[in-house]
Amino acid sequence: MSGVASIHLVENALLVSIQDDVTDTEIIDLQDALSNRIADENVDGVIVDISALEIVDTFVGRVIAQLAGISRLLAAETYVVGMRPAVAVTLVELGMYLPQTRTALSLSHALAQLRRG
Amino acid sequence: MAEPQPDFLHKILQRIDLKTGKDAVQARQVVARELKARGVSALRVTRFATAVSEIARNVIVHGGGGHFTVGLNAATSYLDVECRDRGRGIPDIDQAMKDGFTTAGGLGRGLGGAKRLSDRFEIETVPGQGTTVRMSAKI
Ligand SMILES: Nc1ncnc2c1ncn2[C@@H]1O[C@H](COP(=O)(O)OP(=O)(O)OP(=O)(O)O)[C@@H](O)[C@H]1O
Ligand SMILES: [Mg+2]
Repeated sequence: MSGVASIHLVENALLVSIQDDVTDTEIIDLQDALSNRIADENVDGVIVDISALEIVDTFVGRVIAQLAGISRLLAAETYVVGMRPAVAVTLVELGMYLPQTRTALSLSHALAQLRRG
Repeated sequence: MAEPQPDFLHKILQRIDLKTGKDAVQARQVVARELKARGVSALRVTRFATAVSEIARNVIVHGGGGHFTVGLNAATSYLDVECRDRGRGIPDIDQAMKDGFTTAGGLGRGLGGAKRLSDRFEIETVPGQGTTVRMSAKI
């Protein structure tokens, strides 16, 4: 897999960082790698870090929703962390609410929620 | 369809051929950079860059590729963007602008969203000949 997105194990979760210029082909690789890691490492959660994203458009919104869908099928909860305030406002104007995911303020908040189970 | 502003794209800053997703990323990054350089707030930069990303992706996904041009309208203080393709065009523009309408299994929020996120927005489309979107952000 290219260096555009990375997956790291943190406690009982997989941390996925999405880069600002991610492309369609890289997303497919990422989904593939993520589904394998969720199954192999038996994690409770997937934390998608979007702090590097300058914008979230419908393309990236769909990517996040698909990652969440894969996680859910494999019994892991998805958290989105690092959303910039301007991105949050813009998502509401686009009418995208990412209903499949939970939003946490930071990585440590997301991990704390996962520990509580 | 309204005539474009006579001074639209008065001073051209950059052109990019839109063929792949990477080109759409480059287009919205150029727009963000130009707005930031002119002191536009983070929120307004994000809103307009998102709008440009939606329209540039539509050119690639639905329009078979095309051209992006960004420029200044010094007289009226707008950053202007034009995205143009020679694709199949949009038969019913009112329907296409509605949130949730998609012919490609998308979310159908790109066109309506881009209009809401721009300070000026106009679309010109001829079925079988192509689509041109002109959009601007106040600077
Ligand atoms: N440049 C274009 N050329 C031809 N058809 C277009 C073009 N742009 C938009 N359309 C049509 O208008 C519809 C709505 O566009 P819109 O961007 O709102 O949704 P979408 O691209 O299908 O999904 P998404 O929410 O991911 O953007 C498209 O499905 C397509 O049929
Ligand atoms: Mg679209």
